[in-house]
Amino acid sequence: MGCGILWNALCFRLFFVVFMDYFIELLFSGLTRGSIYALIALGYTMVYGIIGLINFAHGEIYMIGAFTAFIVATVLSIYGFPILAIIVIAGVAAAVWSSAYGYTIEKIAYKPLRHAPRLSPLISAIGMSIFLQNYVLLAQTSDFLPFPALIPDFEFMEPVAHIVGSSDLVILITTAIVMMILTYIIKFTRVGKAMRATAQDRTMAMLVGINVNKIISATFIIGSALAAIGGLLIASHIGQINFYIGFIAGIKAFTAAVLGGIGSIPGAVLGSLVLGLTESFATGYVSSDYEDVFAFSLLVLILIFKPSGLLGKAETKKV
Amino acid sequence: MKLALSGKFVSTAACVMMALSVPAMGVAGDTIKFGVAGPHSGDLASYGLPSVNAAKIVAKQVNDAGGINGKMIELLIEDDVCKPEIATNTATKLASEGAEVVLGHICSGATKAALPIYKDKGILVMSPSATNPALTQSGDYPNFFRTIAPDDAQAEVDVKFALETLGYTKIAVVHDKGDYGKGFAEFAKKFLEESGKAEVVLYEGVTPGAVDYSAIVLKIRKSGAEAVIFGGYHPEASKIVGQMKKKRLKTTFISDDGVKDMTFIKVAGKNAEGAYASGPKDNASNPLSKVAIDAHKATFNSDHGAFYENAYSAMLAMVNAVKKAGSTDLAALKKALQTEKVDTPVGNIYFNEMGDAVGVGFSVYQVQDGKFVEMK
Repeated sequence: MGCGILWNALCFRLFFVVFMDYFIELLFSGLTRGSIYALIALGYTMVYGIIGLINFAHGEIYMIGAFTAFIVATVLSIYGFPILAIIVIAGVAAAVWSSAYGYTIEKIAYKPLRHAPRLSPLISAIGMSIFLQNYVLLAQTSDFLPFPALIPDFEFMEPVAHIVGSSDLVILITTAIVMMILTYIIKFTRVGKAMRATAQDRTMAMLVGINVNKIISATFIIGSALAAIGGLLIASHIGQINFYIGFIAGIKAFTAAVLGGIGSIPGAVLGSLVLGLTESFATGYVSSDYEDVFAFSLLVLILIFKPSGLLGKAETKKV
Repeated sequence: MKLALSGKFVSTAACVMMALSVPAMGVAGDTIKFGVAGPHSGDLASYGLPSVNAAKIVAKQVNDAGGINGKMIELLIEDDVCKPEIATNTATKLASEGAEVVLGHICSGATKAALPIYKDKGILVMSPSATNPALTQSGDYPNFFRTIAPDDAQAEVDVKFALETLGYTKIAVVHDKGDYGKGFAEFAKKFLEESGKAEVVLYEGVTPGAVDYSAIVLKIRKSGAEAVIFGGYHPEASKIVGQMKKKRLKTTFISDDGVKDMTFIKVAGKNAEGAYASGPKDNASNPLSKVAIDAHKATFNSDHGAFYENAYSAMLAMVNAVKKAGSTDLAALKKALQTEKVDTPVGNIYFNEMGDAVGVGFSVYQVQDGKFVEMK
């Protein structure tokens, strides 16, 4: 830092401030990235928690949410709607449309295979993912589309904008709220109770009068709506969408869900944040060339010592 | 392994036999045979077909005007689907059919595979599109010429612009880890270091398709770079300029012709303003370029595609060389190409010792008000 050999308090302070600033910047960058993963990872983990299926088409639901929000937002901005109205209407439209997709996918591709061996629905999910990607490619476009910046630059954020931007803040807060609402639903409502019962033992849940099909559909609808909201926020943050965004984001979010313990709601968020922070610090202090190397080395390490993930429950075999 | 070796042996043997079966001097006649090779089918056909059109148009013009020294041009069109393993067959076939000069191939990999076959036969090859620097710079292929600037030329142009026009001394080089982007970045880094005028403060690759590039953007800021030179394509470039704006960076963004695409401006919007990208020189002010484009419209009733003007220029250069040399002997053709300047749609060009066209190159463009403006 140009301090020379003379080591004095001022110099130390200068070094400290410069060092800490960069650390805090990277911290927020990692938290934002983690929250982005979390918004998608929550859907993966919910579905897995209930029916033990890795819904590979979830990334595509996120992508469809982003496309729906794009179309609605573009149309509304032509008619000169205020920005807040655009966010709300586009968000609701995307959530409803994506939920419809999620619901339909479950009915078409997973429900008929519910009693099939575990691999069959997995392959069906991969097929669904490829199908939806190509469907959007053909029905929309293969080009990158400019997504409007729906989250404006808030004025009160300007002094710290170089560290944490407005859209970062919105994503962080949304992820926190969504996680709390989900935890509330699952812990304290009737639907949540039914979900937990279905997760524990599907046959028993049916015997005590729970409509298992309805509960599974509800899970898909909630998960898809979350992905759609994630799609809107993330696309607005990055500023571009195409048919392929769901695949890459989906893989990372899936990794985060496994890291945190698939099936666990707080686990998905924790796993996402750990993954996001690892990537951010690896880029910041080592090299972005090794970003993925660090992220996946961490995954392997954690799974070696805690095979069910950070907050996952160990699967007990009923003998 | 053993199987692969024997496969190679068989194909080599086949080549040798095919070559032997053709009489060495069996091509004397009243036509001059121009081979045209490139992808004419498959997913890369759009890169190869415009060259076929260019060859047809120029051949017709020359033949209508009485041919080259009284000899008519005959085109031999062969498909290589851009695949190196097929390109060797294509080359063998063209050589055996008596092609005396070849326009092609289109893809660098296919060109590299085909060149040794032409070299053995002493056939002149001119590519409108193969940009791999080693094709000319290695010196392995004295029979090879091209009417497009090699990949390292644009790194050179970008570096020169950053150092001399903008006067920067601290530069970050970032790439997308791909063949094209990383290749460009490596050249940029090399030229920066060789110049001795600037310091490369950061050299890193980013993962394409990532949801967020703020960490690398923060690192660029910490490095104190005045400019970032990015090697890669427009999707990543527009994300990076967007995040630079979000983090309030004032760093200048300079990139390659993977970014000089209208999609970059469309997607990045006002974040793209002020960014620089290199691309092929603008030929719009060249009257011959208009002639070539109009001829395509008149003949095929459609817009020309990729490398059309480069292919058209290559045909003109080869026709001129054959005319001046009075034969298709390689040494005579080389001498004519290196000494005789010829007016083409890509400019008034001749060729250097290595086979690269002098006068063809890249310019730096800046995004201004939603358009790429050439920096003079």
